[in-house]
Amino acid sequence: MQEANGKKRKRIRALTLLSCLMAAVLILAFLTRLLEPKYMSDVVEGAMIAEYYGAEKCHDVLFIGDCELYENITPAVLWEEYGISSYIRGSAQQLIWQSYYLLEDTLRYEKPKVVVFNVLAMQYDEPQKEAYNRMSIEGIRWSPAKVRNILASETEGEHLIEYVFPLLRYHSRITQLGAEDWKYLFHRDPVTYSGYYMRVDVRPAENLPPAKPLGDYRFGDNAYAYLDKIREKCEEEGIELVLMKAPSLYPYWYEEWDEQMENYAQEHDLCYINFLDRTEEIGLDYRTDTYDAGLHLNLSGAEKLTRAVGSLLAERCGLTDRRGDPALDAIWAKRLARYHADVEAAYAALAEGK
Amino acid sequence: MNDLLEILQDLHPEVDFETQENLVDEGILDSFDIVTIVTEVSDTFDIRIPAGDIIPENFNSAKAIYRLIQRCMDEE
Amino acid sequence: MLFASYEFIGFLILTFLVYYLIPRRWQWGFLLLAGYIFYALADPRYLLFILFTSASIYGCGRWLAARKAAFRERFAREKEGLDRERKKAWKAAEGKAQKRILLLGLLSNLGILAVTKYTNFAIVNVNAIRTAFGGSALPMVDLLVPMGISFYTFQSIGYLLDVYWDKISAEKNPLKFALFVSFFPQLVQGPISRFGDLSKTLCIPHAPSAEHIVPGLERILWGYFKKLVIADRMLVAVKAIIADPDTYGGAFAFAGMLFYALELYADFTGGIDITIGTAQVLGIEVTENFRRPYFSKGIKEYWKRWHITMGTWFTDYIFYPMSVSGGMQKLNKWGRKHLGDRIGKRLPVYLCSFAVWFTTGIWHGASWNFIVWGLGNFVVIMISQELEPLYDRFHKRFAVEGRTPWKIFQVVRTVLLMSLLRMFDCYRDVPLTFRMMGSMFTSFHIRDLALSSLTGLGLGAADYGILLAGTILLTLVSLAGRKGSVRARIMTFPVAAQCAVWFGLFLLVILFGYYGIGYESSQFIYNQF
Repeated sequence: MQEANGKKRKRIRALTLLSCLMAAVLILAFLTRLLEPKYMSDVVEGAMIAEYYGAEKCHDVLFIGDCELYENITPAVLWEEYGISSYIRGSAQQLIWQSYYLLEDTLRYEKPKVVVFNVLAMQYDEPQKEAYNRMSIEGIRWSPAKVRNILASETEGEHLIEYVFPLLRYHSRITQLGAEDWKYLFHRDPVTYSGYYMRVDVRPAENLPPAKPLGDYRFGDNAYAYLDKIREKCEEEGIELVLMKAPSLYPYWYEEWDEQMENYAQEHDLCYINFLDRTEEIGLDYRTDTYDAGLHLNLSGAEKLTRAVGSLLAERCGLTDRRGDPALDAIWAKRLARYHADVEAAYAALAEGK
Repeated sequence: MNDLLEILQDLHPEVDFETQENLVDEGILDSFDIVTIVTEVSDTFDIRIPAGDIIPENFNSAKAIYRLIQRCMDEE
Repeated sequence: MLFASYEFIGFLILTFLVYYLIPRRWQWGFLLLAGYIFYALADPRYLLFILFTSASIYGCGRWLAARKAAFRERFAREKEGLDRERKKAWKAAEGKAQKRILLLGLLSNLGILAVTKYTNFAIVNVNAIRTAFGGSALPMVDLLVPMGISFYTFQSIGYLLDVYWDKISAEKNPLKFALFVSFFPQLVQGPISRFGDLSKTLCIPHAPSAEHIVPGLERILWGYFKKLVIADRMLVAVKAIIADPDTYGGAFAFAGMLFYALELYADFTGGIDITIGTAQVLGIEVTENFRRPYFSKGIKEYWKRWHITMGTWFTDYIFYPMSVSGGMQKLNKWGRKHLGDRIGKRLPVYLCSFAVWFTTGIWHGASWNFIVWGLGNFVVIMISQELEPLYDRFHKRFAVEGRTPWKIFQVVRTVLLMSLLRMFDCYRDVPLTFRMMGSMFTSFHIRDLALSSLTGLGLGAADYGILLAGTILLTLVSLAGRKGSVRARIMTFPVAAQCAVWFGLFLLVILFGYYGIGYESSQFIYNQF
């Protein structure tokens, strides 16, 4: 009898401990969600990377790179005018190894025919800023590629464990919580259109700061190593790799840099296009086509560049027009509806002077 | 023993040294007191108390101190 | 490896796991290995120093033990035929020989400590004299100061003296002794353990049992609470105040003084909690180092309750040996004869006390700040000692003794006095410290203590709120601790309530801890002592 009682007590104790443990995990998970930055109104760049997982995986072209892609190319136009289904996986100051690991990550879900990489990131050979790391990496789903991505990106004072348990990184936000944190506890609003971040406002490019001469123009070994990895991965998977430099006036793209990319493309038989050389052909007008004085294009500029990219992809890479494919049509009809509605609203707001 | 008690009473007239068993542990004797006791005792009994013997157990009661004195006298 | 780092926590978890997974007879050997890894991770060169200390003290200990045994045996065999004088002479000669071994061990190890820690301090002072007489300054030397060298050197020296005094028998196993020197939880900042205490549980096999593992983990958590939530947060404001003494005088200096008292307490006792908790998880008992020091009613009492193992070390190994030495006994006699009974009696005691506080000061750091701080303590203790008759008369006249308001007054007085002396820790040099102390009285503006001006010190209003709440919790736990272990009482709660308490504390540490990017993790204040 007593023995049975003891056993029962032990079982109750074990059950209590177990439920306490579960409650603890739940509370920690809840707090993590609450304290994570939501990137919904302030710096939306932080919400971009995760958005991909909610999209249908139906892309022939994958763009990987930094703001020179996600603010300068709009996949909606690529579909509407060329029938090319594409997606941009880019984030602010996305470093080249981050682009590489994003490529690895994307390949877990789909295999595009063409990968376009924007080469501005070649300028960075080392991890730069924690805040950008966070925005580029956090949204990625867990895989060995993500771990390697973090290890390659860590700046002084960053720890892998703080990516695994973001609470350790964001606990200090407990005193700065806002309405947004509660509103977006369990969901996020989309901030991009197939990876494109839309701006319609205008700030003409005037008085660009002169280019600072550099001591050494050669891109770093690490940057080259990851460019090689991107190229090799594409070769391995039978994907065509295209290198491009977007026509942003700033940060300055040096002649010496351009030459290195030319040489690299030639050496490895790749297509490299510097759109800075083709601004007239594209029809870019830096008085009206940029929203921040030449750093990034606005929608009007992005549409122009996208057309140039579209014809390039169609001609050089032989991508066929996929319009008419019922499945793709349905997907894109949905995406375009939201896109056009928002474009209209944005222009209307701009006209109202908001 | 009486000589010892005299030294102790001199130091802390308010303490009953014949019954107290925790002089050090209860903080009645502090390190200054202990040094004074050692000095006086060495003088009175003409002995040397080695530093290694200054541990709470040897000073917790008058009896303990007396035992220490006797041991030191034996070793002389 | 700082206690407040992921590396250390990872190291702990790994150590705990391996410790209880390997056969129990290997446990202590594994701890030795863990200690050396811990030490080598800081700087592999440190290992040379700790190996030297372990080997030399072990060797001297064995040598002493062997000599003592041989002497006892011969003495027992041959004493019959000797007269009293011959016996005495023989003993004296033997004593001298033993003393030489002792000195060899002491001086070689203290020599290393002195050279590594105090060479540059000596050069600074020599230079001050040389330049005063128009000479040229000597260059400073770049010396390696091994982590925790003061702690393990003192611990080892204590061991050797204990062997010399026959308080303990010398350890036979060199590896076990090496573990005593390099037991990793206390390598960084103490406590300074005695061989007789620590060795009781250090090398015996330990079975994993919730009875010591759970309280150990709880204590570690509490240590991190003190360290991360309070100390590291408070440090921001302390640093801001002391970095700019011209701006932050008067009431700011006063606030800084109190802030530092809180910071130091939370940092140091928190670190010791982590140390003792870690040892407890391993089944090893480490001597307590604090007993609610800020509830002391006087400075002497305070020093019996703050950094206890250091205080008793200085008392047992410096104060007593020095005061009962032949020289001091002679001085005592001479003083009584020439200066009268009253002064003559005190002269040697005060002289030894002076030496102890001078050493305590310089032990804390190679600078005049610490020396003046140590001697400040000496002065306060002497004054209170000398004023005791006056106090007695006061207490006879006014029956305040033992009443609560009087006790509170005494406690506050002690805390303020100790905090005031601690200002020497903070400021650049001694004259500046005196100036800042003075400014607290000459330019004290109460409006400087308004929240709006305190938030200019790098902390927000929320931080001060957290500090206040944390300090209240600290005080309550401390008060509750007077009636026995708080953890033991929590153990009597229903399981679910226990879980809630500890998970709640865990959450407080995780959420309100001042750590991570943007927060600069401070080193434990006692790291390089």
